[in-house]
Amino acid sequence: MKLLRPTPPRPGRNGPNGPNGAPAAPAKPGVKEKTVEGTASVVGWLDERTGTSSFLRYFLYRKVPKGTNWFYTLGTATLFAFLSQAVTGVFLAMYYEPDPTRAYESASRITNEVFLGEFVRGMHKWGSTVMIILIFVHMARVFFFGAYKYPRELNWVIGVTLLVLVLMMGLTGYLLPFDQRSFWATVVAVNINASGPIVGPYLADFLRAGAEFGPTTITRFYSLHMLLIPGLIIALIGAHLYLVVKLGTTAPPWLKAEKKDLLREEV
Amino acid sequence: MDDSPKFDKTSRYTEDRGIAGAFEGETVTRRRFMEGTVLLAGGIATMAFTLPALGFALGPIFEDTTPERWQSVGPEDDFNDETYVPRVINLVPEIGDPGKTTIYVRRFNPQRDKEVAGQEPQPYVAISTRCAHLGCPVRYIQASRKFVCPCHGGVYGFEGQVEGGPPVRPLDRFYTRVRAGRVQIGDRFSLNSQLKRFSPRDPSNHLDGLWQYLYPARPTT
Repeated sequence: MKLLRPTPPRPGRNGPNGPNGAPAAPAKPGVKEKTVEGTASVVGWLDERTGTSSFLRYFLYRKVPKGTNWFYTLGTATLFAFLSQAVTGVFLAMYYEPDPTRAYESASRITNEVFLGEFVRGMHKWGSTVMIILIFVHMARVFFFGAYKYPRELNWVIGVTLLVLVLMMGLTGYLLPFDQRSFWATVVAVNINASGPIVGPYLADFLRAGAEFGPTTITRFYSLHMLLIPGLIIALIGAHLYLVVKLGTTAPPWLKAEKKDLLREEV
Repeated sequence: MDDSPKFDKTSRYTEDRGIAGAFEGETVTRRRFMEGTVLLAGGIATMAFTLPALGFALGPIFEDTTPERWQSVGPEDDFNDETYVPRVINLVPEIGDPGKTTIYVRRFNPQRDKEVAGQEPQPYVAISTRCAHLGCPVRYIQASRKFVCPCHGGVYGFEGQVEGGPPVRPLDRFYTRVRAGRVQIGDRFSLNSQLKRFSPRDPSNHLDGLWQYLYPARPTT
């Protein structure tokens, strides 16, 4: 923001009235100056009404402890993997048809016929694996750096909930290509759910929308995969980031807290 | 002496507590009352769309999705009591190929076969290929007279009873009847290891001893 704002005139310099108070000849602003000024005024207008710049300064320029290193980027990497999944997923939904008689055909049409379809579907497929790997590496970082300890326990709990939701994304998304592998994998996964005592059979019926794999099973998985679980994930990512910014990050465990000089003298 | 009016902070009347504009006999402040009203109205409005949506999603659990349906699988001459003959039936006709399944059919042999407890004797034995472990399709191997599952190595004997691997109960069967010389296949039923009949259950649900109470029947069966 500060860079875009024109520097205010200083007394004694060439101000609007020029040196010695004599009115200066109005310099004709060039295209560059006009663009800079125009952008600055639009950004300024928005900033005055939303407080974006102070929020961004708080969010992006917060203090981090000494020793912060590349391991601290794993959470952001996971976030970008999620964004990639969200964007490719939205565009895959433009060609995909969640119907037991059409699903396989439409999925193979995306791969074989749609322009860049193979690329976008590949991004979504391999991106899902990358995302789950990143989550586990991020989790390992938090665990081995002790970053789950007070006062960050709640953020660990939110993170584990996010992990479970992402695994559910993997499960519900696996059915959608609707080939032999995804069909039988889903049959087995639903029956694993059915093996839970008391609630298991009801859970399986809920997932299948009935006693057998039926006409609405695939739409049910599609809706969970597209709307319900991503919505929960976005909400929880918001809470996760809020707590990260509010509580700050931890120093790596190999750094000892520095003693004050005064204390050192006493020792 | 202190002239300021004495308020009884613990009184249940707002007037006694010295709240400005209190009515005689009033116990709930207007602020508190409005809080309650807003929460209640918001709660009712939220429930008004949450509960129907939830019922909509959970409905299939309570729905009878398998109406009684009889499918003909061929004349009586096609089947014998020595070996199984594979046939394809439609479990969910609306979805085409994924709704079809293979079953194995043979004639019931009263001298040799064990009767299924809890039902009329069936003229034919129609074995479901849905593995009782996690639902993979089992295959009948004539040479060993056993059913084997490709996924996790479940093995079943000639009558569908568990002989090895992880399955928790025998293979399911279907009701059978003969109409005008043709064998017809009806609905599915499950069995426990004593060949006692149960309503259809999911694979992985135990049905022996106390286990059967941990895996309830569907509300509609």
